[in-house]
Amino acid sequence: MDLAIEEKQPRSIGEIVSIVEALIFVADEPITSKLLAEVLDENRETVESAIENLVREYDGRESGLQIREIAGGWQLGTRTEFHDEVRKFLKTRPNARLSLAALETLAVIAYKQPATIPEILEIRGVQSASAIKTLLDKRLIAAKGRKETVGRPMQYGTSKDFLIQFGLKDLSELPSIEDFEDLTSGSV
Amino acid sequence: MEQPTEQLTFDFDKVQPHFNTESPDDIKLTLGEFSGPLDLLLFLIKQEQANIFDIPIAKIADEYLKYIRLMKSLDISLAADFIVMAATLIEIKSKMLLPREIFGEAEADAEDPRQELIDRLLEHQKFKNAAEVLYEFSIVEQAVFTRGQIESDENNVETNASVFDLLAVFQKILARHVKEVQMEIAREEISLAEMLKRIRERIYNAGEIDLVEIFQTMRTKQEIVLAFIAVLELVRTESVKLTQSATFGEIILRKI
Repeated sequence: MDLAIEEKQPRSIGEIVSIVEALIFVADEPITSKLLAEVLDENRETVESAIENLVREYDGRESGLQIREIAGGWQLGTRTEFHDEVRKFLKTRPNARLSLAALETLAVIAYKQPATIPEILEIRGVQSASAIKTLLDKRLIAAKGRKETVGRPMQYGTSKDFLIQFGLKDLSELPSIEDFEDLTSGSV
Repeated sequence: MEQPTEQLTFDFDKVQPHFNTESPDDIKLTLGEFSGPLDLLLFLIKQEQANIFDIPIAKIADEYLKYIRLMKSLDISLAADFIVMAATLIEIKSKMLLPREIFGEAEADAEDPRQELIDRLLEHQKFKNAAEVLYEFSIVEQAVFTRGQIESDENNVETNASVFDLLAVFQKILARHVKEVQMEIAREEISLAEMLKRIRERIYNAGEIDLVEIFQTMRTKQEIVLAFIAVLELVRTESVKLTQSATFGEIILRKI
């Protein structure tokens, strides 16, 4: 990239905030603070405080847009409150893009990763080959090498697209699997 | 614009399998989103309002088998996993029938035959709940819209194409048409019998022949393999002899 920057003058905070906003807007995928810092040629702390400013600014004026942290980066999106109007304009309906079987398989992989097919079978009690294929096709999971055990089965883990599609900053944002135990005794 | 592909929405509580058998002539079956035998089992336990930690195994096993039989009679092909579970249930049921007191007081509650199944059910239930939460996450996430793709050189090839590019492509298309010459290639196949005949004739005509020479005249991999088998066959049936005068020297096929 040869964006001819003339004289290297220190930018004001306001300027940095504006450039960060512009870059987050044009980025196709959530953009990391590391990448922002590289493009701006500023240090990480400066960029991160600029992002903070920006998030506060959007929240403060009750913008229809929000700057959110997702899949380890930052993204500009509409606010959830206005989904009805946006959908009406785009003429789309919310849809479950995954079958129940695929969702269950995804849940097992998300919590047990890296997980092998026999491990998934043990928990689900059913063959999951087609669900795994669907998840691979949708790039929600990826093969993560083979497990050094009998048969050297392929191991699967969740992908960055998984974090994006499920709106997670990182895997630690998933509720702890132990939390579901209370639900268990309650529901049956 | 989003494509209306898989429009699948499901309610985790409502979509459950059930069948009403009000009158013997009128059986109504509702198949829910059914992800496996553990799911069916959980559903049956719930339907019986039983405690998961104290499953009335005889009753549940009966219900389970009834369901399986019904599905079979409706010609619904069952996954093997369902049959495995049926066998497991019957096994547990029979174990439960054995008196456990005979092992003495101390070991009376040592091992419940249902324990393994209960553990699996609980584990499965946990991940079912996790799937439900993931589903909710994805629904919430779908309420957020990000901007569409911005045109860039990478995602818009049009920007790079000029009239000359168009010409070049057109010429390529023309060239492709010229080159379309029809050719018929006959498939060469030779049987082992033919190969045997060929090699035998060569040896009988020449009296003796270098093994390497035979292989050199073969053109395809298949021919070489066949020639090798044919030589072995000839040696076995003792119509020829293999001789080698020096180690790593040439191997001669000689007529007996």
